[in-house]
Amino acid sequence: MTDNVRDAWRPSEIELGRRAFRRRQTGRSVAIAVASTVVFAVIVWITLINTPGWSTVQQSFFDPATWAKAWPRVFGGFLLNIKVLVVAAAGVAVFGTLLAALRTTRGPVFFPLRALAAGYTDLFRGLPLIIVLYLVGFGIPGLRLTQTRIPAEVWGTIALILTYSAYVAEVIRAGIEAVHPSQVLASRALGLSRVATLRLVVLPQAIRKVTPALMNDFISMQKDVGLISVLGAIDAVRAAQIETATAFDFTPYVLAGVLFVLLALPMIRLTDWYSARLRRREQMGGLS
Amino acid sequence: MSRIVLRGENLWKSFDRREVLRGIDIELGSHEVVALIGSSGSGKSTLLRCLNLLEPIDDGRILLNDDDISDPRVKVDAVRARFGVVFQAYNLFPHLTVLQNITIALRTVHRLGRSDADAEGMRLLERIGLADKARVHPDRLSGGQQQRAAIVRAVASKPEVLLLDEITSALDPELVGEVLALVRELGNEGTTILMATHEMAFAREVADRVLFLDAGVIVEQGTPAQLFGAPKEARTRDFLRRFAA
Repeated sequence: MTDNVRDAWRPSEIELGRRAFRRRQTGRSVAIAVASTVVFAVIVWITLINTPGWSTVQQSFFDPATWAKAWPRVFGGFLLNIKVLVVAAAGVAVFGTLLAALRTTRGPVFFPLRALAAGYTDLFRGLPLIIVLYLVGFGIPGLRLTQTRIPAEVWGTIALILTYSAYVAEVIRAGIEAVHPSQVLASRALGLSRVATLRLVVLPQAIRKVTPALMNDFISMQKDVGLISVLGAIDAVRAAQIETATAFDFTPYVLAGVLFVLLALPMIRLTDWYSARLRRREQMGGLS
Repeated sequence: MSRIVLRGENLWKSFDRREVLRGIDIELGSHEVVALIGSSGSGKSTLLRCLNLLEPIDDGRILLNDDDISDPRVKVDAVRARFGVVFQAYNLFPHLTVLQNITIALRTVHRLGRSDADAEGMRLLERIGLADKARVHPDRLSGGQQQRAAIVRAVASKPEVLLLDEITSALDPELVGEVLALVRELGNEGTTILMATHEMAFAREVADRVLFLDAGVIVEQGTPAQLFGAPKEARTRDFLRRFAA
């Protein structure tokens, strides 16, 4: 019986030798990496604390007491940033997709819409966000369209949507154009209308193709929401400015910066992971 | 011949200055299976695409069950829904599951409710033995399975005519059989089929009539026995000889 049933595979001497060698190699690489990192960090640290102005910088940028005192106000402002971000992201998703759809229309009937969308994306991709903020935030209220005063953060959100929609529209348009024409052909052959084809066949595939680029735009917007402070909205940046002015200490800015980084980190990691996954899938070679 | 389902009269089509269809007359009887043969570039695919209005024709007339569908006033989407089309590269939608692929037209064009559409989709999938693949995406299927799913997607809404555009050309030889078996079955059930094909043996076995297309004109047509057994035209003989070799 033992003769005709093969034993479970056990690695040979040669394979065991190769594994031991690889383990030793890996161990050495890790050791070198750790050592060099530690040496580098120590050198940076020693250089930094030996600079003549270090103690002043430490006091005015990394002061624990100021940090604690500024926390409630800066964090409160940061919550406003998050609110603006959520609303702006939703607005950009809708408006950007609409612009992209308009730019990919065919036929002479749609020429005015197509031209309008093209002109819009050209204009708002060229215009610095801060100028859009000033024009929208100070210009439109100047028209006195409403009796009551509309808060600065609302104008800031609108300016963000106007600018970012232009970028996102271009990204989505690239995605739409990357969907193979045979997909449209198959959809139209089934009797789906132009709009149904765009909504059910083209856009879902287009968005998937450009998701990493869209996530990048989202990360970029996460920090640009801090710019609404120029309109006077009390967000994290503005709150930090106020705290800095009272404490004569820049620590609140560092606090605001740390909050923004913490907000962005999960999204950055998610983008990296998703891009890697997408790349792996596409490089597997299936055409599907 | 039985009642005419689809009739193309004097069809002309050119891309830029290249004339691809040069005055084609074609008729398709009810329950008829017609094979379209000819070398690549002879206009087979263009003819199929013109017939269901995926390409506009330059001249001529197309009648589908006596409706003039080449009239610019007809609703193009509604006309296309009356045809089923299967492409060489399957063209399944990669972001939808196999079941969703099959039910998308039932739901959006024919306005079936979800449960009705799903029931019909599952019935079709069971028929081709892919019921267990209903919830997976097409990239998990073999080429033959994908093409069979594409065929049932095309017949799900019971089209008046089924157009097949070289549906086995992209398949590994071992997968061609299962796809052709399904086409044979549909033909036996009375589906009206017009197929562009390179599978001469299959055309000979299944088709009621064979048309030989060359340089945008129908050179010769007849029953498979006539056309393959005793071709009258020199061009047909040349073409068949090249295929036999």
